[in-house]
Amino acid sequence: MAGKVPRIAVYKFASCDGCQLSIVDLEDELLEIGQRFEIAYFMEVTRAARKGPYDVGLVEGSISTPHDVELIKSIRKDCKKLVTIGACATAGGIQALRNWANVEEFSKYVYAKPEYVQTLEKASPVSEYVQVDFELRGCPVNKYQLLELLSALLAGRKPNIPTYSVCMECKMKGNVCVMVAKGIPCLGPVVQAGCGAICPTYSRGCYGCFGPMESPNVKSLATSFIDLGMNKKDVILTFRGFTGWSKEFREVDGLIEG
Amino acid sequence: MSQQKSCFALDAERFGDLIGVLKDLGYVVYGPVERDGAIVCDLIDSVEQIPKGLSDVQMPGSYRLVKRDDGRYFGYVVGPQSPKYVLRPSQHLLFKVRKDGKTMLPQPDVKKIAFVGLRSCDLKAIEILDKILLQGPYVDNTYAALRKGALFIAVNCTEPGNNCFCTSMNTGPFAQSGYDICITELLNDGNHVFILDVITDKGAEVVNRLGCRNATDEELSAVSRLMEEAKNKIKKKLNVENIKDDLYKNLEHPHWNEISNRCLACGNCTLVCPTCFCTSVFDKTSLSLDMAERWEVWDSCFSIDYSYIHGGSIRQSIMSRYRQWLMHKLATWVDQFGTFGCVGCGRCITWCPVGIDIVEEANKVRG
Repeated sequence: MAGKVPRIAVYKFASCDGCQLSIVDLEDELLEIGQRFEIAYFMEVTRAARKGPYDVGLVEGSISTPHDVELIKSIRKDCKKLVTIGACATAGGIQALRNWANVEEFSKYVYAKPEYVQTLEKASPVSEYVQVDFELRGCPVNKYQLLELLSALLAGRKPNIPTYSVCMECKMKGNVCVMVAKGIPCLGPVVQAGCGAICPTYSRGCYGCFGPMESPNVKSLATSFIDLGMNKKDVILTFRGFTGWSKEFREVDGLIEG
Repeated sequence: MSQQKSCFALDAERFGDLIGVLKDLGYVVYGPVERDGAIVCDLIDSVEQIPKGLSDVQMPGSYRLVKRDDGRYFGYVVGPQSPKYVLRPSQHLLFKVRKDGKTMLPQPDVKKIAFVGLRSCDLKAIEILDKILLQGPYVDNTYAALRKGALFIAVNCTEPGNNCFCTSMNTGPFAQSGYDICITELLNDGNHVFILDVITDKGAEVVNRLGCRNATDEELSAVSRLMEEAKNKIKKKLNVENIKDDLYKNLEHPHWNEISNRCLACGNCTLVCPTCFCTSVFDKTSLSLDMAERWEVWDSCFSIDYSYIHGGSIRQSIMSRYRQWLMHKLATWVDQFGTFGCVGCGRCITWCPVGIDIVEEANKVRG
């Protein structure tokens, strides 16, 4: 993209806004980002919206209504490169936990007039509806990975976002493995790096915000949780967190015995 | 140099003096520290940080510390971190380059490092790393700078762990070479003494400043006795005779697939391994595009990108990645560097979250 200032658009679907805030949280770099990119559409930050097409679209949130489906398709047409950011956009997020339940029944309890609620049966990652060029994982995304993505976009190079396990980062940091030394179930071995192994650094198991790593052996890890004394139900719930609806984690109940 | 000529005795109460002398001589001291349920290798300021009265119980995929009441300093074996953590940092800057072509190299780290409490297997691992990183056609400058000023104070293992198999790899449990000073901790009837075996001038400089009496004949025979006892305590065995050829003959053995059902490809075994030296490089560019940096970072043959060449990664399956690693440790390393890539420290067995045991797996693959 050398030569001209790339136009960037930031969108939100079903989500908590945390990933968009991670962009704003790049405090030291924000002014320079404003110079290097034309921030053409970013409703979280400004009502001033400029029309597309855009060079890059950053999409937060999962697709959960019929309206979302139409909107993401038109966004795809507007953006040369589409990058999904965060667990909701890349795996469905925490709201995808409803994919295992009856949405109609939920609506009856939550809304006074459920007939006004138009929702899809499932909350899904963006990639189930349109082609995605790159995914930035996390709940929320890591600000250094976000900066790396933006820098790489400017330089026209592939972003350096490793897809190996959280264990790699955890060991590089010099942490003591919580699973081996304390018997704490940790999703780190099947989850993609990028957070800097935050949870194990504070002596707790990985929650799995960054979703499945490049070749997750879910069955082996889930079985080892059973060996640590967990019951099957708790093992399933451990995988059903922020990225529970990811393709590799959603089938965990069929992979373990008991 | 013969052992008798240079063996001294230091009352364990004076251990703090040893750390003090190291600091006086300008060393940055790394030693055993208790942290988060394990004994790790970390910076030491005073002897109070060195754990006393602790043992470790290591099993495949499990590590637990337990208290002991005899006040022994070295009643445990190796923790998750080998000296690789210090001598081959997990991530470091190689150079910066400006858009106008001006290149900036980082200043090499010239600090003098003293390691306290290294075990024989780790000394052998450093010997192997030296061969690869210093004696090959391309010298690794970062390693060379850190290694150059390093002082090694080893400790003989009198109580080997369940996952130790150094006797099979001929790397322990007592140190034979590669140290400056080697400590054997003697503890009986309230008599708590360190016997110091000094074999280099650097080691002698420390001991001279410390001031020690000579070890007695009785103490030296106690050391020999402990060495024999320690060898006999090691139950885990790997028969290394013909292992290279046996493994080469069994590249298609069905047991590789069985291992891959359990292997997480998480990379833990490679990062705790004291000889796994693989790294990758990555570039960072600034938002202004006028500055770029190249970094070197630990990598693992368990990552898919590790075997990426034009067109894709060679080792897609977890089976092929595990096989690559074990074959390198026990077979191809021999062809490449003339030694095994395994020193029998057992770290890969302990720190594998699902307890995959290199000794058991190698034995099964050989049939």
